[in-house]
Amino acid sequence: MPSLSPGAVTRPLSMWRRAMNHGATLFAICAAILVIVPLMAIFIYLLIMGVGSINWAFLTQTPKPVGEAGGGMANAIVGSAVILAIGSLIGIPVGIGCGIYLAEYARGRFGDIVRFTADVLNGVPSIVIGISVYGLIVIRQKHFSGFSGGVALAIMMVPTVARATEEMLLMVPNNVREAALGLGIPKWRTVLSITLRTASAGVITGCMLAFARVAGETAPLLFTAFGNQFWNLNPNQPTAALPLQIYTYAISPFDEWHKQAWAGSLILIIMIVSAVAAVRIATSRGMMKGAS
Amino acid sequence: MPESTSSSNKPDPAQQTPQPVTAIPALAQAARERKTVRGPSVLERIRHTHPRSSRIPDAIFAVLILLTAASVFAIVVFVLWELFDKSRLSLHQFGLHFFFGHDWDPVNDQYGAMPFIYGTLMSSFLALLLAVPLSIGVAVYVTEMCPQRLRSIISFLVELLAAIPSVIYGLWAIFVLAPLLRDYIQPFLAKVLGWTGFFSGPIYGLGMLAAGIILAIMIVPIVASITREVLAAVPQNQREAVLALGATRWEMIRMGVLRNARIGIVGAVILGLGRALGETMAVTMVIGNRPEVSKSLFAPGYTMASVIANEFSEATGDMYLSALVEIGLALFLVTLIVNAMARLLVWSITGGSGGRARA
Repeated sequence: MPSLSPGAVTRPLSMWRRAMNHGATLFAICAAILVIVPLMAIFIYLLIMGVGSINWAFLTQTPKPVGEAGGGMANAIVGSAVILAIGSLIGIPVGIGCGIYLAEYARGRFGDIVRFTADVLNGVPSIVIGISVYGLIVIRQKHFSGFSGGVALAIMMVPTVARATEEMLLMVPNNVREAALGLGIPKWRTVLSITLRTASAGVITGCMLAFARVAGETAPLLFTAFGNQFWNLNPNQPTAALPLQIYTYAISPFDEWHKQAWAGSLILIIMIVSAVAAVRIATSRGMMKGAS
Repeated sequence: MPESTSSSNKPDPAQQTPQPVTAIPALAQAARERKTVRGPSVLERIRHTHPRSSRIPDAIFAVLILLTAASVFAIVVFVLWELFDKSRLSLHQFGLHFFFGHDWDPVNDQYGAMPFIYGTLMSSFLALLLAVPLSIGVAVYVTEMCPQRLRSIISFLVELLAAIPSVIYGLWAIFVLAPLLRDYIQPFLAKVLGWTGFFSGPIYGLGMLAAGIILAIMIVPIVASITREVLAAVPQNQREAVLALGATRWEMIRMGVLRNARIGIVGAVILGLGRALGETMAVTMVIGNRPEVSKSLFAPGYTMASVIANEFSEATGDMYLSALVEIGLALFLVTLIVNAMARLLVWSITGGSGGRARA
């Protein structure tokens, strides 16, 4: 570095450096705006196109055949609920268990392997999970079913739940564990009623995020739940799901169905965004204070 | 090392309260604290002094937990096995030629995956080209430039972008983005850049360009949020040191922040790539679904994920099904390698558990 003359400190910046500085600021602002614009556009279009098509019939009826006006997605909404319930029932306990292992038990190699596999599983394309579950359940059962769709979604939930649980458990201070163990409480009880309980807000957040993520998944359901035009509450039968229905309607050539696709999307996005926003509000209200 | 992390955490609250207290910064924090949290020695000692009566339930619980952890490992192994098993037929029949063949002809049982591989790579590359500068721009804006109040709003909106299901992106792309491209953007590109050959040919709206753009919108939140985490991990005194030398804000960001965070940013970009490669629904809805290799971005294409989505449930014949599963296998292996690479890069920065499993 050449020595600076006393005047150097007060000398105005060169044109080039000033221009670069302003240019970079401008670029960053433009980038922020450009990223927000599609989001706004998607929400505005969903509202404009969707609100007009949502009515009582949409929420209570099953799809009508092509050409007939009316009809709705009631069966798809309920089907989605069934599939998601199955997925959560399987995925969340396994995910939490895995998270507990990583945070409380894992020592050395195997923990790292599990952690790495969870991250890898998180990156597996959802369509690939769809075809594997097809091979595991659908081929053996010889028919599509809502249950297999639930399993596919469960597989997608596990890594998200596991990593969130692990990270929340690691935030629980060690003295809490030591205090519990010092009172003579067995380790399993300490983990479940002390550590996991202390971290519960964060763990619930992780579960909600995993839920919101799989709620909109379409690809793994294509060859598992398959979709259904009629009422079906039996998880052993092909089941309609909201994202599947939206997909089928969106790529169809019928205007009436396009409208329904928009309405279905609006309902789906309201469900997901309210889940995410609820988590957001809960966490910012300080429910996680102990954790963060 | 433990001393330095815990002491650098102390002054944080004042600085962190205005920030969104989301899972993400909190988790990043935990990642940094992991080393300090783990102190097995005391716990181990206590456990060994426990009465005999609690040993058995403890053992049962430990085994149960170990089983759930092992199940994650088992799932991945099972997925891999399932893909290998179901694609055996086509693996034997075509060997490596499968990946270089241009013909996709179910009628004559001839399968070559080249058009799909090209489509996947091209659309992902296009998406990265558009998304990376934007995401880095947003991350830099949020961490370094923007007013406190905007900070939480922008990061919330970017997170929201990640929460939109891909089928809704697809719907929007079909009915809004594609007409926009067809009527305004593509004619303009054809006029200005048509001579390059990338922007020529008939204009449909749907096609490779539309797929690239929608993919870019979808991966921005991932790349941006990880980049933001990485940038936030750059120590504050780096910035102060560069500023003290008389740098402008941009020079400070370039030399003090981006240079320190570059490996993490590369990791973020590769994670985005992993997502783009495997993305199915939105791409299937807009790419046009024609198995051709075409230089022009206006032309329709086909990706590995979309051919599975479109043809798997209609595939008749064992060879057809097997060829589709082999494409799935290839996709799995590629995303596995890409993700592993990204994890290792991000891990090397945040020291263990950064770049967490995310939506």
